[in-house]
Amino acid sequence: MPIQYYIALASCLFCIGIVGVLVRRNAIIIFMCIELMLNAVNLLLVAFSKMYHGGAALSNATTTAGVDGQLFVFFIMVVAAAEVSVGLAVIVMMYRNVHSVDVNFLNRLKN
Amino acid sequence: MIPVLLILIPAVTGLLSFFIPGAKGAKVWALISAIATLVVALYGVCTHKAAVAGVDASWLPAMGARFTLSMDGMARMLCALTAVSFPLVFGATYKNEYDKPGSYYALMLLLQAGLMGVFLASDALLFYFFWELALIPAYFLCSQWGGEKRIAVTFKFFVYTFVGSLLMLLGIIYLHGKTADQSFALQAFYSVKLSLTEQIWLFWAFFIAFAIKMPVFPFHTWQPDAYEQSPTGVTMILSGVMVKMGLYAVIRWLLPVFPEAVAKFDHLVILLCVIGILYSSLIAIRQDDIKRLIAYSSIGHIGLMAAAIFANQQIGMQGVMVQMFNHGINVIGLWIVADAIEQQLGTRKFSQLGGLAQKAPGLAILLVVMAFANIALPLTNAFVGEFMMFNGLFRYNVWMAAVAGISIILAAVYTLGMVQKVFYGNTVAATEHATDSSFNVKLVLAILAVGIIILGVYPQPVIQLTNDTVQAVITKIH
Amino acid sequence: MSNLVFLVPLFPLLGFLINGLFRKSLSKPMIGVIGCGALLASFVVSAILFGNVAAANRLHPGQPIPATVLFDFINVSSFKIQFAFLADQLSCLFLLIITGIGFLIHLYSTSYMHEEPTEHYGRYFAYLNLFVFSMLLLVLGANYLVMFIGWEGVGLCSYLLIGFWFKNDNYNYAAKKAFVMNRIGDLGFLLAMFWLLAKLGTVDYNQVFAKTALLSKTDITAITLLFFVGAAGKSAQIPLYTWLPDAMAGPTPVSALIHAATMVTAGIYMIARSNVLYSLAECTQHVIAIIGLATALFAATIAIKQNDIKKVLAYSTVSQLGYMFLGLGVGAYTGAVFHVMTHAFFKALLFLGAGSVIHAMHHEQDIRNMGGLKKYLPKTHLTFLLGCLAIAGIPPFSGFFSKDEILAAAYAHSPIYWGIGVATAALTAFYMFRLYATTFLGNFRGTHDQQHHLHESPAAMTIPLMVLALLSVSGGFAGVPEVLGGDHQLHGWLSGVITSEKTHHLEHSTEYLLMGVSVALAVLASVFAISRYSKKPELQEATGLGKVLQNKWYIDELYDAVIVKPLLKLADVLKNVVEKSGIDGIVNGVGKFVHYSSRQLRLLQSGLVGSYILVIVLSIVVLFLVFWNQSIILQFVQKIF
Repeated sequence: MPIQYYIALASCLFCIGIVGVLVRRNAIIIFMCIELMLNAVNLLLVAFSKMYHGGAALSNATTTAGVDGQLFVFFIMVVAAAEVSVGLAVIVMMYRNVHSVDVNFLNRLKN
Repeated sequence: MIPVLLILIPAVTGLLSFFIPGAKGAKVWALISAIATLVVALYGVCTHKAAVAGVDASWLPAMGARFTLSMDGMARMLCALTAVSFPLVFGATYKNEYDKPGSYYALMLLLQAGLMGVFLASDALLFYFFWELALIPAYFLCSQWGGEKRIAVTFKFFVYTFVGSLLMLLGIIYLHGKTADQSFALQAFYSVKLSLTEQIWLFWAFFIAFAIKMPVFPFHTWQPDAYEQSPTGVTMILSGVMVKMGLYAVIRWLLPVFPEAVAKFDHLVILLCVIGILYSSLIAIRQDDIKRLIAYSSIGHIGLMAAAIFANQQIGMQGVMVQMFNHGINVIGLWIVADAIEQQLGTRKFSQLGGLAQKAPGLAILLVVMAFANIALPLTNAFVGEFMMFNGLFRYNVWMAAVAGISIILAAVYTLGMVQKVFYGNTVAATEHATDSSFNVKLVLAILAVGIIILGVYPQPVIQLTNDTVQAVITKIH
Repeated sequence: MSNLVFLVPLFPLLGFLINGLFRKSLSKPMIGVIGCGALLASFVVSAILFGNVAAANRLHPGQPIPATVLFDFINVSSFKIQFAFLADQLSCLFLLIITGIGFLIHLYSTSYMHEEPTEHYGRYFAYLNLFVFSMLLLVLGANYLVMFIGWEGVGLCSYLLIGFWFKNDNYNYAAKKAFVMNRIGDLGFLLAMFWLLAKLGTVDYNQVFAKTALLSKTDITAITLLFFVGAAGKSAQIPLYTWLPDAMAGPTPVSALIHAATMVTAGIYMIARSNVLYSLAECTQHVIAIIGLATALFAATIAIKQNDIKKVLAYSTVSQLGYMFLGLGVGAYTGAVFHVMTHAFFKALLFLGAGSVIHAMHHEQDIRNMGGLKKYLPKTHLTFLLGCLAIAGIPPFSGFFSKDEILAAAYAHSPIYWGIGVATAALTAFYMFRLYATTFLGNFRGTHDQQHHLHESPAAMTIPLMVLALLSVSGGFAGVPEVLGGDHQLHGWLSGVITSEKTHHLEHSTEYLLMGVSVALAVLASVFAISRYSKKPELQEATGLGKVLQNKWYIDELYDAVIVKPLLKLADVLKNVVEKSGIDGIVNGVGKFVHYSSRQLRLLQSGLVGSYILVIVLSIVVLFLVFWNQSIILQFVQKIF
């Protein structure tokens, strides 16, 4: 499959994520949108990694070129997992305190 | 080694002082530290061995900044002034009570370390570092232990001087880029080649920083408030020693680096100074508060020193050297008297005072000595300095000297007015049950009075001590 | 032997230190002994010095006396001022006057101030010794700077002594006024010194006088005028004279010593010392002569209507000082110095006599409440009469000779000067005898209580009076003019210092005529005053011109309205308007502006996460656009600049 398809898909996912973050007020949805953006990046990384590896393997079958891209994906997934755990905990605490997960409600630091 | 010790002793003892719990312990600790510094400083002033000359060590090699300290005549003189003032201040305020005494004395000692550093540093970045280091303890001292309006006043003091400092920092960085070997060394700054336009910009950047610190009219408005609101012990240091930072910096970092710009603007600066002298003297006449009166009087004296510096005459410059030391001593004496009155009677207003000479004759006599030193009566130390400074100013411009000279009349008016309103006349409600001030105050004042008269009769030691710096600066400019 | 010089000021300094530091522990007689002893020792040394100078003068006539250098006062490579003393003919003469009269007045004070508590008694003598020390520095200095040190020192002591009774606010005000007025003069003195230093690089008398050729006409005129401003301040000349009458707030012996006999003559000493300079400045001499004359006449008119015994003497001092300046202005330097000397004798005598009267009257100073004191205070009365005769210029008392010398020189200069001078002399005789008649003649007008306590003063007070009376009577013989068969010894004595005396040659007949006229007028005025006031003293309040005179021509009020009040007003404006709203307003304005703008900028910080992210996203988009179109933007920027 040509790389352009991946790029287009990833871009779409990323834009959906951004728009979601921008327009939604529910913290959980925003969270999911962030995950969407992260995964759009992951998708691109994997796609480029595959493409790069494919090119390099033509001359040298045992090459490991492009592996680092996939490696990064794992990092991102780990960080995302950690982030989810912390983030969800924050959201839960917030819900307990204010009975709402509306982010616009959280402007207490102002003033 | 001596220069390092001068900074290190107060710095280390200051940091340790934070952990001293009791008031008594902190006072004794601070006094011991200050006396130790004094001993070292006197040794440094009296010996001319190489050990005194300076220290040069690597500091921030990546930036080309070095830890360079050096002691020429002016540095020796100002270090001696700093070292002399702290024990006197601690001694005179020994009976005063402060909250958190450990922290108070710690900050005072750190202030001393900063001041010493400013006078000793021969590296622009190091100089800047100490310049700010001296400001920070002063800020905390004023804002923690000051009067009612301390927060607003110290905020103004800090921001005002800090704006100036930042201008200076910009100037330093620009000069750093212009030096041949990318260093901050004083000598590199002296030999840097600048176009006139560059000199003019940098001159103003530096001058405003120093003018705020001194302060020169019209950059002085932070000062009376700050002096009034600070605890008097801090005010003594602020006006006795800290304002000398500005004068010192002009002589060391401004005149020799931008001689052409100085030649271009000296008229303007001296005019500002002369206006400031008269202006502050006139305002001093109408003050009703001892501290504010001394503050305005001090602005006048500093203005004269600044004018004499920019007049660029050897005799005037020498007078500035003498006067820097003497003004420090005299003004500390005046503050001590003001503090003694305020501590005992709880007021500084002339309208609520009077007749104190009957109740406190010892204090009255000592105040009269300080007052006459303040108006530069011959055979008090200030006369020699003022005589030489006016002389330099006169050689620069007759009219400037004549107009500035009016201040000696005005000084007599406000100083004697103060003496009269506080000490003479009949007692009033506030002074009815006053007693003479305590032994430590009188002892310190007596030491000061003896010093005032000795230096007034035989000023030659201070002149000789600082002769080399004056020669160097004058040759560099001409 | 000239090394003894330093001892002269040393003794009073030691006296000051001992009396000042131990004033609480010493007993009153001890304090008096120390105070007087210091002066006596000084006097003895002065006399020895005088003898030395006289001997040197005989051996090497015309040779200048060398200065004694004590130490370098200010020494900067290019610039050197030494702390040096010069005891030459002029200094020695003044030394004798100061220490001699000073000693008598110290002696007098031991009794006069006896009622003071010990502490203040000690303080008084300490101040008095300090004053003598400063005055000795003034006349001993070998350069203008040392003179200036003494110059300001005597001002300080005058301040301290005028305000000696510091509980009284009026006295303190008078003290402050004296000091400030003196300071105005001192500024002139300082500027003159700076001028000398800038042009010649020295303030040493000998060097300055040797180098006058290097000074331009303008220089000399400016320098001499500025020095004269100093002299006018110290010696109470128009327009700086108003402090002296107020200075009478001090104890009476102080008035005698400082405000009559010694300090106020410092200006005359200084100009006589600088006679070489002044003779080169014709313009300044005119100014001096005119101001001197004006002061003499003006003060004499005021003295006519004063009712305070000390005020009359004070204005008479101002008037006599004006005479001396007239002498200086017409080039009769020796005459002026001569008058300083005789004036010191008779004015000290008159003040001490007044002190004796005040003492007897229990601090009553208004002559309207006195009268008929002749029989109660015989010694005081006699000596006071002799003083009056001396000051009135009746021959052969001392005032006659010195006044005559000045008047003759004035006549040689301009007959108008002489005319005004003689008129003033007549006025002098008139007010002095008015004072004498009102105080000592007629009937006693005080309270019964006062009358009961009237008594002659103790010996410590009358002995100085008698000594001074003797000097007042005989002092004039030091300068008998050639026309009266004398050889004017003072003239010969001072010829080594006063080298530019203007010599005038009047016909002997003219001189006799001048003397005759002035003496006749003085006698007439005296007789008129005695006859008018001994029976019917002036008791009611004056009206018309008399009221103006009584109020001193309202000069104090004028100064107050023209100088003091506007200056205070200006200070108020500066303090309350310029400082607060102007300069500080700008500084605070900058702060407020920053505050305001940050308040406005803060509105961007809405606290809505969404809007932040929107800004982030938009910024990223803009950055991308910029990145892709770099070259276009750069071209655009280049086109602009």
